Parts: sequence; structure tokens; C-alpha cells
Amino acid sequence: MNLSRRDFMQLMGIAGAGSFLTRGAVQSAWGADADPYEIPDYGNVTLLHMTDSHAQLLPVWWREPDTNIGVGPVLNQVPHLCGQWMLDYYGVATPPSSKYAYSCLDFDTLAHKYGKIGGYAHIASLVKRYRQQRGDKVLLLDGGDTWQGSATSLWTKGADMVGAQNLLGIDDFVGHWEFTYGQDQVQHLVKTQLKANFLAQNVFSNTWQELVFKPYHIHEVSGRKIAVIGQAFPFTPIANPGYMIPDWGFGIHTEHMQKMVTECREQQHADLVVVLSHNGADVDKKMAAMVKGIDIILGGHTHDIMGPKPFMVGKTLIINTSTNGKILARFDLDVGKGKLNGWRFHYLPVFSNLIKEDAEMADYIHKVRSPYQEKLAQPLATTESLLYRRDNFNGSFDQLLCDALRDEMDCEASFSPGFRWGYCKLPGETITMEDVMGQTAITYPQVTVNTYTGEQIKNIMEQVADNIFNPNPYYQQGGDMIRVGNIQYDFNPDEKIYHRCSNMRIGGKPMSASKKYKVAGWAAMQPVEGKPVWEVFSKWLQSKKHVRVDKLDLPVLNKDMQSNKGIAFPKMYQL
Amino acid sequence: MMNKPIARRQFLGASLATGAVATAAGLGLLKPQMAFADNVAGWPAKAFDAKLLKDAMSDSIGKTDVPVSSKVKLTAPTIAENGGAVPVTIEVDSPMTADDYIATVYLFVDHNPTPLASQFTFTPASGQAYIQQRIKMAKTDNVRVVAKTNKGVLMASAPREVKVTIGGCGG
Repeated sequence: MNLSRRDFMQLMGIAGAGSFLTRGAVQSAWGADADPYEIPDYGNVTLLHMTDSHAQLLPVWWREPDTNIGVGPVLNQVPHLCGQWMLDYYGVATPPSSKYAYSCLDFDTLAHKYGKIGGYAHIASLVKRYRQQRGDKVLLLDGGDTWQGSATSLWTKGADMVGAQNLLGIDDFVGHWEFTYGQDQVQHLVKTQLKANFLAQNVFSNTWQELVFKPYHIHEVSGRKIAVIGQAFPFTPIANPGYMIPDWGFGIHTEHMQKMVTECREQQHADLVVVLSHNGADVDKKMAAMVKGIDIILGGHTHDIMGPKPFMVGKTLIINTSTNGKILARFDLDVGKGKLNGWRFHYLPVFSNLIKEDAEMADYIHKVRSPYQEKLAQPLATTESLLYRRDNFNGSFDQLLCDALRDEMDCEASFSPGFRWGYCKLPGETITMEDVMGQTAITYPQVTVNTYTGEQIKNIMEQVADNIFNPNPYYQQGGDMIRVGNIQYDFNPDEKIYHRCSNMRIGGKPMSASKKYKVAGWAAMQPVEGKPVWEVFSKWLQSKKHVRVDKLDLPVLNKDMQSNKGIAFPKMYQL
Repeated sequence: MMNKPIARRQFLGASLATGAVATAAGLGLLKPQMAFADNVAGWPAKAFDAKLLKDAMSDSIGKTDVPVSSKVKLTAPTIAENGGAVPVTIEVDSPMTADDYIATVYLFVDHNPTPLASQFTFTPASGQAYIQQRIKMAKTDNVRVVAKTNKGVLMASAPREVKVTIGGCGG
């Protein structure tokens, strides 16, 4: 028999699939015979991209937001599409597995059918399979927010995740929440434990304005030079406490990015220039319009579904690869001398019940978790309703947290940060200590009680809103609107700062600008004293035993938002 | 911080352009009236004391409207990491020869209590009109630069908005 190379690779793929998928999984869950992870060979370079796993070593439930409003130049543009709008845009209304992967629709029902997403042992199986298929053509790139988001990552100061990254064979890595372990711990892990290159073209020493990390790395793949330029989250010392990283300055640094791209092309003779970015989707788009010569931006930070088709700005291909290990993105590239001749893109949801765990990674995960097992598994309460966080305004998990803060700290109102990480719990499940940490595991967790005037409350909400709904993407920090407990308001995302929030009430009564209110909160930007938020939250859950969220403190949105495609369920906002 | 070795090249690269004479009021260390007394020769007290942008501009450059030129490059963060020390970099494209050079560079923050933050004097020996400095900003505002050539031609940078915010909530 005379096999062509392609035939041979396909045979290998099928042979690999036999042991790769869990028994009967394809037929039972998908109703089809096809292996959804089977990808035909193409080109001479493969980029695998994962990002924002938020330290979730094990598979989790993850619901896409029902609200992700785009304003200004990104109005109704991907990724600011929710529910049916997202499915229609990508033309993936069927099969139901796409509905589950890319939208919030029928989440509870589909979750039972398709199972949890992500998990490092499942990702490792996929990565190994593709490395086997593609040999040394593969680069595996991690877009950051990998060291934070779980109990074990906090307790090991990110070391458990570095071990997982090394085992997975990450080539290049960039940072954001990593920096919240402090600059010394970052340097310690990067210099002594992490095997990947830690890249940042936009982190400079405050003293001399010199680069702290290597800005890019040139990889030789199939005889071609592949430049990967790293972009850390530009607003780390603003969105997170600056005192953690006193000697380092951040920023977008568009001009320096251009300099790096030009240097890669002209001096390093790169054939392909890739930016591994933690900018967030809207900032990536604007940067791509201002910097010439980037072939591909592999984006993260905003946890968006920005596939299965790449978004193009000029000649630059831009993707965003979700969060919590939900998606593995794969670019197969035909890289010629000095230019990209062709590409194929695959956006692969990691359905954990479909993929067999990689034994080596599963062992590692078991090992790093075992000292903490008892504490992690401690049951606190059961939930009768779906708990989720990710949404522009209060998610149900945050509503619970805001209610707990008010009760425990005896306050009339509460604030909680608009983090985009934090996985879901399904109705009927038990909330464990691990789940509480999954919403709260940060290095500045102190709960504080502040006495704010109505004017101060409005100012805080306006400032945060302007960092999220700013029509200029370069002024957006990512994250979602500050979560509120017992504060009611009307909201117009299209307004300017100090005019977005109106008709503000506390406990249903009009808020007075001069009156003082007791407000509980956590995650302060300055060092403060206080109990860790997980202690307060877990104590409250234990006292409740059973919880359910019937009402969210959502704002009433202005009528223009009726047709905004970033809103899946307009009725939630009285539209 | 100071136990790090400092290479001379780094030191020069990070400090003001060699040969530039800086008259700075906005560094946050000294108030203008404290920094240079009126009896210091050449101290442009009137311009530095002006409370409004239009007065500060009239008193320093004699105009309130200067055409924007791509030769004047102003780099500033979109969002300040610390409003008390906002890093700005100014670079003016000029041959810097005896008959064609940038003589003075003015930096304004529109609504600072005294909008003229600093004024720099160059000579052809400066080699290039390049400045890095840190300025203090009380709130979200525009930063803008005006450069004056030895022949008195004025050109401005596009204003750059630097946002000063409470932060938090990211990611």
C-alpha cells in the first residue's frame, strides 16, 4: 500500500481517537459518530492557545454571560453578542453543543447533557494528541491569568499552576493576576520554576523605564522564524493593587509594540509575528488598527467567545479564547518566507465528559490537591438556584456574596468587585469551601465597612462604569460593573462619566447625596485590615444551610438598550 | 530600590536629554513659587503662576491656539497608575542644527491649578529635543505640548487625555 503523508496522518488521527475519547461518549452526548477533535493536517506551523484558566485544574461549570454590552466602535460587534445573537453571528445555532459552548441559553438543561468544561488533565490529552499529530510544528501559548482563581493556587502562591504549565509544556506566557502575588514571587517563579518564557513588551521598571521581562521570543518552527511578542494586562496596577508591584509600570505602549514588531521583522527576520495578549478584546482591536505588521493576536483577559471565526482588523487576525479552560484554540498556518500564506482556525470547546483524562496530569493534580482535600471538600450550604458570576451586572453568585456581606457586617448596602472569573454551581449542588474560594481567592481579600455619603457611592459606581463602558477601548480596564447589594439604580451605558447612574436608591428609598450610609466591601486597592472575605461568606452560608437567589440588584437600562445585541434577555432590565 | 546597579548608559537614557535646561514646576516636589524665586533671572513667573490654560499659554507662548504637528510626539498613559507621578515622554522631530533647532518645549495640563507644568530650553548641542518626566495630576485631564523653534515657529502635539481613576474591579 502506498500511503501519502496526509493519508498517514489521518490514519494516525483516527487511531489516536480510539483511545482518546471516552467510551460511547461521542454517540451518547453528540448523537454523531464524528470525532469533533479530529483536525486534518494543514500548513507547517500550529499554534495552540489557551488563556485565563484562573487556576481551575479540574473541570468546572461555566455559563456564558447573558449581558456583555458593547458601546462606541464595538457596538453590536463580536464579542459583544449574547445568547441567540452570538449563535446567529457565527452561524452555529445547531447543534446544541454549540449553544452550550457559545451562549447562555438553556444553560441548566444543556449542562446536564454536556457536562463540565476544561480541566488540565483533559486539556493535556488534547495537547498531547495534537503534538503527536503535528510533531515539532506545535507551539503552546498561555495568555495569562493562570496562577489565580482557586484555593490551591492561592495557598501555593501560584506554584501548583506553574507545575501544571510545565507538565503541559507551555512555550510562552504573559501575565495579569500573576502580578498580585507581588513582584518578588513573580520573579521567583519565573526565574526558578517556570519553564515557559514569561514575556512582556509593556512592563517597565519605574526607576529607569527599562523592560523588566523579555519582550518577545523567536521560535524556529519548520525552518521558519515565529516571533511571539508578550503583552501583559496594561492596567494591572490600577485594576489591582499597585502596592504589589511598586517597582513596575505598565500601560498599553502602542508605540513600543510597533517598535517590537518592526524589530522582529527587520532585525530578527521573523516570518510570522504573533502577539500573545492580555489586553482584552476591544483593546486588541484598537491596537491592531494602530500597529502595522502583526499577523495574529491571541487574546484573553475579557473571557470572551471570539471564535469560531477570527475577527479581522486590516490584515491582523484576532481571537479571544474564553476562560476556565473552556476553549483550546488551534491555528494551523502555512508560513512562507516572510509572510503568512494561509491559515485554518479551530475553536475547540473542551468538553470534559468527551475527553479522557491524561493520566500524568491527573496524577499531578491529585498530588497537589491532596494536602488540602479535607478543607476543600468542606460542605457549607446547598443551592436551589443556578449560581453564576459572569455578566455585566450582578450575577447570582455575587448577589449571594453581597447579601452575605450586608448581613454579616450589619450594613445597609454592599459592594463587590466585577471580576469575570468565578465558576458556576448548578441547582441542587452543595457549595463547598473550594467553591467559595473559587469566587474569592485573591491576595487582598479583606472585608471592610466604610461610611460613604450618597455622593461617594455614586462616584464609585460612575468611575467603575467609565472603565467598562468607555467608548474609547484604550480607557477600558476589562472586568464588569461593580456588584451592588441593596442599591437600585437606572443606568445608561452610552452616557459620559457622572451621568450613567441615575435614580439611585438604597433599600428602595431615594439615595441622598449628603446622607451617610454603611457599606460593606472587599478587595481594597490600599492595604487594609479586615477578615478575609471567604471567612465571612462561608460563615453566612453555613448559617443559611440552603440558599437561593430570586432577585438580582440589576439596574433599569435606558430604552435605547432594547436593541443592543449584547443583551440576551432585555426583560431582565425592564426593557 | 537603590541597591540595584545603575549603568551609566541607563542613567543617561532615563534622565533628561543632555544639555537641556529644565524649568519645571510640576514635579510635585516643590511649589512653583518655592522652586524659583522671582529674583532668579529668566524665571517666567507669570506663565507658571497663571491659573487658566489660556492665560498660561498667552503668558508663555503668546498664543492660545497652536497648529498640531506630527513632529511633536507626546507619550502619556491613557490611565494613570499614580496621579501623583504620571510619566510623560516628549520627543520633537528636528535636525537640531545651528540654524534649525527646537529652542523651547512647554508642557501644559489643562486644568491643573497652574496649567504650565514645565518649560525646557534646548540648544543645538542638546542633540535631540527629548524629555522624560513625571508630572502631578489631580484628576482626569488633557496633557499637551507646544514646541518653539529657534525661528519662533510654534507647533503643538495632539492633546492626550490621561485618566485618573479609583481603579479596582479589573479582570
